[in-house]
Amino acid sequence: MNQAFLHGLPPERRLKGYAWLGTILFALVMVKALGVLPGFLDELPQHLERSSIDTLGDAGKEKYTELVPFDLMLDRAFDYVREDLGFSVVTRFVSRRLKELIGVFDNILRGGNKGLGLSAPPWTALMVIAFVLGYSLKGWRLAFLSGGAVMYFAIFGLWKFAMETLALLAAAVPISIVIGLLVGILAYKRKWVELALLPILSVAQTLPHFAYLIPVVVFFGIGHQTGVIATIIFAVPPMVRLTLLGLQKVSPEILEAGKMSGCTSSQLLFRVQLPSARNELLLGVNQVIMQCLAMVVIAAFIGASGLGYRLLNKLQSLKLGQSLEIGVAIVLLAVVLDGLSRAWAEKKRDYTANLPFWKRFRYPILMVGMVSAAYVLSQYFPILHKVPRDLTVTYADTWDGLVDWIVLNWTDGLTNLRYFLIANVLAPLRDTLLYMPFSAVLLLVGGLGLILGGYYSALLTLAFLVFIGLVGWWDRAMITAYMVIFATAICIVVGIPVGIWSALSERRARTALFWCDTFQTFPSFIYILPVIMLFQVNDLSAIMAVIVYAIIPAVRYTVEGIRDIAPELEEAATMAGCNTRQRLVHLQLPVAIPHIMLGVNQTIMFAFSMVIIAAFVGTIDLGQQIFKALSETNIGKGVVLGLCVSFMALAVDHLVTRWARERRQLLGLD
Amino acid sequence: MAEPVIRCRSLYKIFGLGPADLRVDSDGVVAPAILEREGVVAAVNDVTLDVSPGEILIVMGLSGSGKSTLVRCLSRLIEPTSGSVEIEGADLLAMNDRELIDLRRSKMGMVFQNFALLPHRTALENIAFPLQMRGMKRRDYVERARDMIRLVGLEGRENNFPRELSGGQQQRVGIARSLAVEPDIWFLDEPFSALDPLIRKEMQDEFLRLQSLLNKTIVFITHDFDEALKLADRIAIMFNGSVEQIGRPEDIVLSPATEYVARFTSDVPRERVLRVGSVMEPPGDDENVADQAVNVSDRIEKVVEYVLGQRLPVPVVDDGGAVVGVMHQAHVLKILFPRSSPPETVNPD
Ligand SMILES: Nc1ncnc2c1ncn2[C@@H]1O[C@H](COP(=O)(O)OP(=O)(O)OP(=O)(O)O)[C@@H](O)[C@H]1O
Ligand SMILES: [Mg+2]
Repeated sequence: MNQAFLHGLPPERRLKGYAWLGTILFALVMVKALGVLPGFLDELPQHLERSSIDTLGDAGKEKYTELVPFDLMLDRAFDYVREDLGFSVVTRFVSRRLKELIGVFDNILRGGNKGLGLSAPPWTALMVIAFVLGYSLKGWRLAFLSGGAVMYFAIFGLWKFAMETLALLAAAVPISIVIGLLVGILAYKRKWVELALLPILSVAQTLPHFAYLIPVVVFFGIGHQTGVIATIIFAVPPMVRLTLLGLQKVSPEILEAGKMSGCTSSQLLFRVQLPSARNELLLGVNQVIMQCLAMVVIAAFIGASGLGYRLLNKLQSLKLGQSLEIGVAIVLLAVVLDGLSRAWAEKKRDYTANLPFWKRFRYPILMVGMVSAAYVLSQYFPILHKVPRDLTVTYADTWDGLVDWIVLNWTDGLTNLRYFLIANVLAPLRDTLLYMPFSAVLLLVGGLGLILGGYYSALLTLAFLVFIGLVGWWDRAMITAYMVIFATAICIVVGIPVGIWSALSERRARTALFWCDTFQTFPSFIYILPVIMLFQVNDLSAIMAVIVYAIIPAVRYTVEGIRDIAPELEEAATMAGCNTRQRLVHLQLPVAIPHIMLGVNQTIMFAFSMVIIAAFVGTIDLGQQIFKALSETNIGKGVVLGLCVSFMALAVDHLVTRWARERRQLLGLD
Repeated sequence: MAEPVIRCRSLYKIFGLGPADLRVDSDGVVAPAILEREGVVAAVNDVTLDVSPGEILIVMGLSGSGKSTLVRCLSRLIEPTSGSVEIEGADLLAMNDRELIDLRRSKMGMVFQNFALLPHRTALENIAFPLQMRGMKRRDYVERARDMIRLVGLEGRENNFPRELSGGQQQRVGIARSLAVEPDIWFLDEPFSALDPLIRKEMQDEFLRLQSLLNKTIVFITHDFDEALKLADRIAIMFNGSVEQIGRPEDIVLSPATEYVARFTSDVPRERVLRVGSVMEPPGDDENVADQAVNVSDRIEKVVEYVLGQRLPVPVVDDGGAVVGVMHQAHVLKILFPRSSPPETVNPD
């Protein structure tokens, strides 16, 4: 019983299982083709009619014929919390406090008469701070990168927006870290908190960005501080997860050593456990910063000003050249913040005691000196204080020209490719998924669950899909699925060979990992930009954006999987006289496959997250509906749609990681 | 005899079982049948023992026999299922958190098998850690930690992080840390087993040197019989959570209490365990003896070459020089090689 509940079929019976599953599926579809499949097994009641799909957009009238009006129930629940429980008092209080806090940071960075009433610092002062910080943490490269980024904001006329974004981050990051730490510690201390939290964390990690925005808007209204709240809610889960992981990884012997040293329980926590979990915590801080940045850009949709807002404006009016310059600013900010926080985390503390004062504090002293110099100099040369509008640089026209050129010269080819793809690949794939009776899809997923992970997996994954069916979004979910499937397929076909090719040489591998690292720091919304520039706004661009974003983990995990094979195994292959091809086929790929599959899993997760963002350039799936819910501030609908996306992702995630973990154990890699 | 420092009576630790479920057989141990039925592990099963002041008690036994669990019960790092432990007459198991912390801050030290150093602290800071927990002033704990560094011979390594130290150096830090609060009771759980043989020998000598200076009450776990023989005042042999026998090394080797102990000790080189005193015979009246005597407390290993090289029996003297016995070569051989049988007699045709 237990065996069948938690374990799938034994390896030797798997093939038979797949064959049976395929046969039943085929039979089901045949039955439908013959027209004898009962309607209740074929199609579910839905919000939108299927016929609305081909007319692109939401032409179909909403019918509200879902089986369970979950969205309305949520609406009522949220109403109850807000009005009857008086939660709005709390939200208004939080809102006001946050506004003050952001005001303070805004004032420090940009001056003005709000907040502390300070006057604006010269941009050169911020530049030297970034420069010295970069140098003291890592060296010249980071110094020039950081200083250069600040300079870029100033001379490209993006100063105001960049500082607004920084002020948002300055408020959101520390709050997220503290909340994450507290919740993580609580979950470590109380088992039931951990158990309650784990599913919430999983959903939180797969819930689309936009789905977070809707409840926040409902509770906190539109505005700057609302963006910060959404950002905090979005950035806390990874910190919680890493705090918990770090604390759980501290070895029991170290805990015992602490106890034998006579620690009280708070001494144990602050002087033994948290410091021993340092690596995970620092990684958490880095993740919080990156998540915050990604979300701060997206929070522009609910009125958070800054670079994201500016970018959104320019994109909506199709000023691509200016958009590109803002995009570069965001990317620079991401790379610099990532670089600085990583360098800070990896920094080795220097314990050589008894340094003279000036040597111990050489960087702060240097910084104070250079900042003072910047202040003094900017008195005489105003351009060092603030770059006047008419002196800012822009290449927007050049970029626009380039885009025009692309449109002019490539359009025909691209249009042909587009029509070809849509007519021959995309539309058939989509129609197949839509043609499949919903019972067949449930059967497929449940069957895979049964084969790979036993009843537990089957029930779990089925529950995820049944939810989507019950709330009336089946067809839209299938459209999301088709885009994810297609994008994932392309990522596998392109990404894995690229990964293999890179892994074959030390230098290429390092280059590939470097670029994967760099690209991964870019906020996801940024990937929309080049796609629009190359493909304009149409149905193919959305998929392109997904592919470009989701291919990163496919490459990275392939490289890592092959490079991390134990050296003894490689030596054994060498001694057996393998040539490069034999080594790849007989050693590297089989051993690396579980890790590569985890990469594919990540690719799928990335694809799900991007597909929703890509609704910005026009899709007709769940993402489009989430966008619509956001503009209507329809909280129930938005949350239900978000959960649909999250549940699809979680179902896939469950099956793939299960397979990969089992495979690793089978290969004895754990 | 002085009051024991550690006094433990009918101690049980059964993982997965509460004190209420504990049903004990007539002979005191929880029967294997019960354990099997409940699907639980009896890591410590009815252990009773005393450790006297200044004594080194070595705990031995196969992997999984409950040695670490026993020591963790004695230091109350884990809660025993039942039984009593007294530390210098005070009931350990009745102490509240505050008292327990005070006890560990002043009386107990522990060295761990895998060193268990705090990764974010330097050697010096690791050693100072228990002192800081006590709320000692910075100047004082730094000074004391420096003393400890000197004691274990780690001068010049104060500012290294654990990952920058070799295994032997890390364990020295662990030892120094456990000694920093000047504990009277010292627990060591396989402290040297992660070290290579040369360093291990060096650390054992170091340990003996420290003990001759500090004279602590020690419970020391090891897998290594050589190590046990070198360090032990008494040895306790554990099997499936119970102490099979506890006594001086000679007693355990010469008169094993159970079949298990006999097998456990069968490969032990006897000349290294036994002392002259345990193999000599009473002095004869008018025997011719060799000129040079051996000391009654010497190990056989040390004198065997001389004794066997003599044609006459060898006299045995005590520290005062008085003759207390003689060693006959035939008797010595019989004790050293108990299992050798006389050759079969062959009748030459
Ligand atoms: N926390 C625990 N939960 C359940 N069982 C445990 C736990 N700790 C130890 N045990 C079991 O108790 C028994 C004794 O373990 P213990 O660690 O005391 O053995 P040991 O004699 O120290 O072995 P070794 O020489 O390998 O260190 C083992 O069977 C072990 O599996
Ligand atoms: Mg042990």
